[in-house]
Amino acid sequence: MSKLILIVLGMAIVTYIPRMLPMVLLKDVKMPPFLKSFFQFIPFAALGALIFPEIISSTGNIKSALAGMVVSIILAFFRLNVMIVVLGGILGVFLYQLI
Amino acid sequence: MKDDSKIQTTVDFIDSQLPQQSRLSQSSLTFNEGIKSGIPIAVGYIPISVAFGLLAKSAGVPDYLSILMSLMVFAGASQFVAVNLITLGVMPFEIITATFILNLRHFLMSASISQKLEKSISKTWMSIISFGITDETFTVASLRSEEEVSRDFMLGLNLVAYSAWVFGTAVGVFLAPSLPESLKSSMGIALYAMFIGLLVPALKNSPPVLTVSLTAAIINSFLNYVPMFINLSAGWAIIISTIASSCIGAIIYPKGVKVGE
Repeated sequence: MSKLILIVLGMAIVTYIPRMLPMVLLKDVKMPPFLKSFFQFIPFAALGALIFPEIISSTGNIKSALAGMVVSIILAFFRLNVMIVVLGGILGVFLYQLI
Repeated sequence: MKDDSKIQTTVDFIDSQLPQQSRLSQSSLTFNEGIKSGIPIAVGYIPISVAFGLLAKSAGVPDYLSILMSLMVFAGASQFVAVNLITLGVMPFEIITATFILNLRHFLMSASISQKLEKSISKTWMSIISFGITDETFTVASLRSEEEVSRDFMLGLNLVAYSAWVFGTAVGVFLAPSLPESLKSSMGIALYAMFIGLLVPALKNSPPVLTVSLTAAIINSFLNYVPMFINLSAGWAIIISTIASSCIGAIIYPKGVKVGE
């Protein structure tokens, strides 16, 4: 087996295990209130950390990234469909690059 | 005519006598709703996976291997890092370790979503659905306003995201050099815009959500810019920020938060 295929196989295993184990093991577990609340906050905490600060380097130019970010925030603020927020963000960056 | 209405009444009667399970399943999210919710993810994945295919090709990674990696690993950041390390001639063990650390955050996400999925889903299906857990599928599923998310919804959501990822990789490997640069860089914002589209409506009406997500963003920025932590990998920075701010959230708001209020 080639070294490269070995790398991909190893990567596949170490990526799959953290995805699979908690879902299978915690399926029927009744969590105490604190943990329950902790896990309810995880998506929001993860979103905050995933967005910031990486978003400012997402287009290779801080200003165009900020332009896209502001457009997305405004569209999202008015509860527009996520698809519109995504396209608006892309358009914001694209138009900023044009001017 | 009269008989028809009699049958209808009987049907209604039987329906009302059915155990709760089958009535719940009527309102469960369908496969098609999963596909629909996955489309913004696909839009975000295409440019990134195209970029991955391109990078892998220019790094001299064989075409079949880049596509195999997207098929088997299905994790953006670590695939980029792996290609980078492969070209640097880093040992396989170190590449695999880096991948593990980078994707350890899925451990938290998987634990969190285990509480949002319908209780009737078997362990076998859980292990299949779990393959598709990414930052994006996790957040889309978690932020559904429904109390529980069904197996079919997850399968639809994962399928769209996964197909876009693999398809984009193939496009990158085979024909991306012809794409205009300005379009490619504009699309770099796509996934972040999607995250914003999910987060902003949720934090608008909820001080707990606002507190927790803002705290996470601040901690993560701190870990990214303060020289002392500059050697911390992106994977660890996200894990630490997520755990710390969720903990703070659970301490200040022990009752947690209801999604989709």
